[in-house]
Amino acid sequence: MTDQTTEQHRIDLAPGDEGEGGVGLRVLGYVIGLGLALLLTATSFFIAGTDLVWQPSIPVAIIVLAIAQMGVHLVFFLHLTTGPDNTNNVMALAFGVLIVFLVIGGSLWIMANLNQNMMPMDQIMQMQR
Amino acid sequence: MADTTLAYAQPDPHRLRGIAHAAVAHEGPAPKRIVTGFGFWIFLLSDIVMFSCFFATYAVLVDQTDGGPKGAELFDLRRVAIETVCLLLSSFTCGLANIAADVRNKLWFQLGMAATCVLGLAFLYLELTEFADLVARGAGPTRSAFLSAFFSLVGCHGLHVSAGILWLLTMMAQVVAKGFRADIERRIMCFALFWHALDIIWVAVFSVVYLLGSKP
Repeated sequence: MTDQTTEQHRIDLAPGDEGEGGVGLRVLGYVIGLGLALLLTATSFFIAGTDLVWQPSIPVAIIVLAIAQMGVHLVFFLHLTTGPDNTNNVMALAFGVLIVFLVIGGSLWIMANLNQNMMPMDQIMQMQR
Repeated sequence: MADTTLAYAQPDPHRLRGIAHAAVAHEGPAPKRIVTGFGFWIFLLSDIVMFSCFFATYAVLVDQTDGGPKGAELFDLRRVAIETVCLLLSSFTCGLANIAADVRNKLWFQLGMAATCVLGLAFLYLELTEFADLVARGAGPTRSAFLSAFFSLVGCHGLHVSAGILWLLTMMAQVVAKGFRADIERRIMCFALFWHALDIIWVAVFSVVYLLGSKP
């Protein structure tokens, strides 16, 4: 029995596959994930329309809630874990997240600078004449 | 055929029968289910990178309304909330169908997939009526750079959902025609990954586009 379990852990898991557990446990995992996701979604929509909190904090709160909800989806629906059988999947995800941050952050940064350095539109129009 | 099905679940896939040193020295290639799943995971991540380009475009162009309507005047958050719940529940039923496929229960698999399909179609219906409404109000994709970026981003997600529904119906038919063969099971696993990934992208869409955009 013991060498069976060590054998199982040496094998990698496909993304989306769970390590062990019966049907009841697996369904329970999805129920917990659904509950958490619904809670985070409801909080997001509530915060977006409320006057109860300091207004400039709302965009930050929405972004944080969105990242938290993506985490919930990854853990409870896609079953990404930190276990040794999941290393390849997590490394690929980390690389993907890096590229996503480079693309979005880089675009916003560059375009904000370009906007600042641009001549006002009417002056460009005059130069073209 | 019985050898290849669920090879990942076997305690001893390479039939080493407890020869410990042999297991360390010659692990051999990973089972096909893992290779397929990992390859599809790479595809999904590249799809997410593609979406990040659309998000970057949207974020850069969000204020370029050319005197036209802003997001706060256009978005109907109640509709978006219903869309979100539809997609979230469909992700849940898709997970249930995936479990049913693993334990070879055809009835629950078809029920789960049918529920996923109905919820996905409800989502698409709401999105398409929203688009039609925007175009009818003169806020089509040609109105301003902001609306072009909006329609590209949200429309691209909608196209993915449409493709996902076609794939879903194919899987339902294949299970009826061929049963839970090893290759069919791998396709079901890939479909579940695809559908969950679409839900993750939608979380970013409703947060960044609709909730942040509805702020004046």
